[in-house]
Amino acid sequence: SSQVVWDTLGNRQFCSYKITTKTQNFCRNEYNITGLCNRSSCPLANSQYATVREEKGRCYLYMKTIERAPFPRRLWERVLLSKNYEKALEEIDENLIYWPRFIRHKCKQRFTKITQYLIRIRKLTLKRQRKLVPLRRKIERREKRREEKALIAAQLDNAIEKELLERLKQDTYGDIYNFPIHAFDKALQQQEAESESESDAEQEEDDEDVDNREFVEADDSDLSDFEDMDKLETSSEEEQEEEEEVEKKSVSKSKGKTPLKGPARRKRPYIEIEYEEETEPATKTKAA
Amino acid sequence: AGDGSGPGGSAAGDGGPPAPERVLFPPTFSVSEIKNKQRRHFMFLRWKQQQRKEKLAARRKRRKEREALGDKAPPKAIPKTIENQRVYDETTVDPNDEEVAFDEATDEFAPYFNRQTVPKILITTSDRPRGRTVRFCEQLATVIPNSHVYYRRGLALKRIIPQCIARDFTDLIVINEDRKIPNGLVLSHLPDGPTAHFRMSSVRLRKEIKRKGKEPTEHVPEVILNNFTTRLGHSIGRMFASLFPHDPQFIGRQVATFHNQRDYIFFRFHRYIFKSEKKVGIQELGPRFTLKLRSLQKGTFDSKFGEYEWIHKRREMDTSRRKFHL
Repeated sequence: SSQVVWDTLGNRQFCSYKITTKTQNFCRNEYNITGLCNRSSCPLANSQYATVREEKGRCYLYMKTIERAPFPRRLWERVLLSKNYEKALEEIDENLIYWPRFIRHKCKQRFTKITQYLIRIRKLTLKRQRKLVPLRRKIERREKRREEKALIAAQLDNAIEKELLERLKQDTYGDIYNFPIHAFDKALQQQEAESESESDAEQEEDDEDVDNREFVEADDSDLSDFEDMDKLETSSEEEQEEEEEVEKKSVSKSKGKTPLKGPARRKRPYIEIEYEEETEPATKTKAA
Repeated sequence: AGDGSGPGGSAAGDGGPPAPERVLFPPTFSVSEIKNKQRRHFMFLRWKQQQRKEKLAARRKRRKEREALGDKAPPKAIPKTIENQRVYDETTVDPNDEEVAFDEATDEFAPYFNRQTVPKILITTSDRPRGRTVRFCEQLATVIPNSHVYYRRGLALKRIIPQCIARDFTDLIVINEDRKIPNGLVLSHLPDGPTAHFRMSSVRLRKEIKRKGKEPTEHVPEVILNNFTTRLGHSIGRMFASLFPHDPQFIGRQVATFHNQRDYIFFRFHRYIFKSEKKVGIQELGPRFTLKLRSLQKGTFDSKFGEYEWIHKRREMDTSRRKFHL
């Protein structure tokens, strides 16, 4: 009658355990030994059948004989296999003595595969395991929105600029930057705190600074300003022209990788064209 | 029906209710009580329009009053912002607080702030980093001086940490990656220091930043820490500060900014130049990203037995829109 079963289920009619793919047929039956849908591996179409299955890390040998065919509850006999690999293989042999070669061989193969994957599971659980944390869409959206709003509220550029100017005022940069107005303020403070004799000396400085200031304010947005201003303070008008040109080259070399911006560069040639001395202030104001 | 007016429930093709001249509703009427959706919607729009009209009228009146008073007008009201309305946090640090100063003199960052140790940073990623993360790590390594990038290759963090300590590293940064983008940052101060775990978002690599400058140079940048007000914020701020060497080289004119706003820490890296006394120009170079603190752990990285100083608990801490922790 197993032949009849196979003729019906195997090839012609519907078998609910059968899965067909392009190249192969699979059998979803849990007692199937190879997993394929064949005449020799179908547990329904063979009255004498055996499988190895594992439960919670222990392997069992399941057997089905024709004597128990009318008793479905007692159909599958279960034998616990030993944890020792060789011993378990012997037990399989013992239990399936006089059984067809095919089933014995496949049982042992399946048992081997199962022990191998059990070993791998045990090894992997000891290593670090990646923990998957589910994202919650609502929360993600909320966080993103809040971040955008916080970014707008932060006004980062302004904050950074303000902080840098603060630091400049606090004199953390020391003597690197030399702005005449800054020096003027400092001088003013000193003037208030100290005696008259010093204030006389500083008044002279004030005059110079006032003169220099005219030049400075004309080119206010010019990038080359602060480099020029150093020279403006210290040198006289005659030397300015040459110094500016020389200084430009030296500045570009010394500062190495200064990223000068485009418009600033464009303004420099303006200064080069300027005339000397007396007409200088006039042309500078015109250029600006 | 509680309608109180004629034209309720007009046709669907109305295109908006007609602006009422003056609509009087009975005092106990509320728009939400109308069962019919169309009519309810209509009444609501009308109510909204009326509110807007009233508001506009009030504003005009106020402006006229202000003009009429001229100089004697009361000063303009300050608009409410979330920063204004922030729930006062009791752990806000007062600059002159002695207790806090004492704490900071004896905590794990004291050797750094006393200039006894020079920061040396190890940057690594989670397993199998993808291209974007790798490039981000490299760029981060150029931003932070004295930092080294090492690939993970499946090593356990618990085993890396003693090795790092043996080789004199002061900080460990692990960038966690998910689906090819970096999304988490673990910053651990090494000789037994606190570990902070952040969520990282909006990472922009150098080539994605518009109008950027050239590469950052090898000079030690300055550090700006903005808005770290509470005690927790203070300790996080110190953690960030301890990544960079203590003496910035002003010749380099580079500045790294950690700006905290509403619990989001924005990192930017700029080059600045002082155009004049009152004006400074900044140019962005280097990567940018935002961090949000998820947890702060007392010892070094230990997920199972660590002692957490602070964890972000969504249900308790996210309830109020005006309460921030950093």
